[in-house]
Amino acid sequence: MMLMKRRDFLKVGAAAGTLASLYGCAGGSKSSGHVVVVGGGFGGATVAKYLRMWSEGGVQVTLIERNPTFISCPISNLVIGGTKTMEDITVSYDNLKSKWGVRVIQDDVVAVDAEKRTISLKAGGELSYDRLVLSPGVDFMFGEIPGLNNAAAQSKILHAWKAGAQTVALRQQLEAMKDGGTYAISVPKAPYRCPPGPYERACLVAAYLKEHKPKSKVVILDANDDVQSKKALFTKAWADLYKGMIEYRNNSEVKDVDVASNTAILEFDKFKADVLNVIPPHRAGDIAAKSGLKLINNRWVDINWQSMESTSTPGIHVIGDAIFPAPTMPKSGHMANQHGKLAAAAILNMLSGQAPNPEPVVMNTCYSFVDHKNAIHVASVHQYDAATKAVQPVKGAGGVSAARNELEGKAALGWAKNIWADMLA
Amino acid sequence: MKLHAHLAALCLLATAGASHAADPNLGRNLAATCANCHGTNGNAVKGSGMDALAGMDKAKILQKLADFKSGDKPASIMHQISKGYSEAQLDLIAGYFAGQK
Repeated sequence: MMLMKRRDFLKVGAAAGTLASLYGCAGGSKSSGHVVVVGGGFGGATVAKYLRMWSEGGVQVTLIERNPTFISCPISNLVIGGTKTMEDITVSYDNLKSKWGVRVIQDDVVAVDAEKRTISLKAGGELSYDRLVLSPGVDFMFGEIPGLNNAAAQSKILHAWKAGAQTVALRQQLEAMKDGGTYAISVPKAPYRCPPGPYERACLVAAYLKEHKPKSKVVILDANDDVQSKKALFTKAWADLYKGMIEYRNNSEVKDVDVASNTAILEFDKFKADVLNVIPPHRAGDIAAKSGLKLINNRWVDINWQSMESTSTPGIHVIGDAIFPAPTMPKSGHMANQHGKLAAAAILNMLSGQAPNPEPVVMNTCYSFVDHKNAIHVASVHQYDAATKAVQPVKGAGGVSAARNELEGKAALGWAKNIWADMLA
Repeated sequence: MKLHAHLAALCLLATAGASHAADPNLGRNLAATCANCHGTNGNAVKGSGMDALAGMDKAKILQKLADFKSGDKPASIMHQISKGYSEAQLDLIAGYFAGQK
């Protein structure tokens, strides 16, 4: 069975599941092969660990990640708000290596050859794979905001939408801002990474300013026509906790910036801020975008929901923020972790000549802090639907918090500890 | 081949009720959707405040889930999440966690 060629396997068609089970209850013989994973974030680290765990070490896994440690975007708004440190959101790759036997290479992947099934590393050399998983996250479309399309501008007008050096730099800008200053954050048109994230950041910056620089203002310049997530809960927090401090402006897309004067240029208006935090529109990470995979809207990778495999390119699975999302599915770390497990299960089946699980399920839980202690959530469960060939949100399930509360603030930190461990411990 | 066919019948029987031609690892895969909060294989991080489900009695897990679904057990989030899974799926999930150490 393991030696069965793909075309033979495909001929078996609908009977494949039954045939496969002739070879044992536990998913057939132990899978083997080499899987290369590109990107060690919420998606990539999870798929690497779960491939090793579920194959009981039978599948070799190489993870290529450009950063020396994992730094979490979730909880990073608390670093910007001043109640957590970078150390609190940084996790080592050591357990992936020593406990799970994942080969971790700190490098960049510069090219993928889907025909030869190889990838090229920036430092030189090629790696061959039986299956490739791309979990590259997003890259920014700086060209959409011409004034930001150079390194000097990007070091002054920050996005801090990838946790790391920019998280620290944005915190420093806020610390340096005078009392009575204005912090403005722009939200790109959906879909973007972490739908509630900008609104959470506005809250946590306001929480800091309220204590230390109470004459200051926070302005949200949203390209969308309304708040994109947890609207009632966020607007209530703004009214209850930050009245007169947080101002929300819809339909306010940042089209350009004037870097010298820290000014956001909107379609009919301009907005000058002391700290200007522009989150540019984004698309699938560069390596996915330039590997010849079919994209939707020229931005997001089109995937098969039973396997996370590219619809255009066999052998390449794409997970996390880089994909074109299923209906109502957010681009979140939690969801990327779920994609990682879906992909791991499918890859192990495929490596041993079986069809992927025909009925995958993924779910999302997302907490947002509205001040230093209180949080709110949104949750959803998505089940595979054969008619639309996509995972669809289950009606009547999921929802948001009844009200902000401290218990969910504790749950948010508990969630972080567990998901980081689920990926990396 | 006869033995294999017999084994296959047992396998199919074991997963019957979940769905037609279900993946033999369906319980494992479904339980993994809970691991983000409840820990890999139900081993929640100690001191994280999340319920560790590994090795918990299957009937106890199912009762908790039923109470979340019905609203009998007050919850901040589990009443919303439990409703996203079918009874057959919850049965597989509970069975998987009960079998973990």
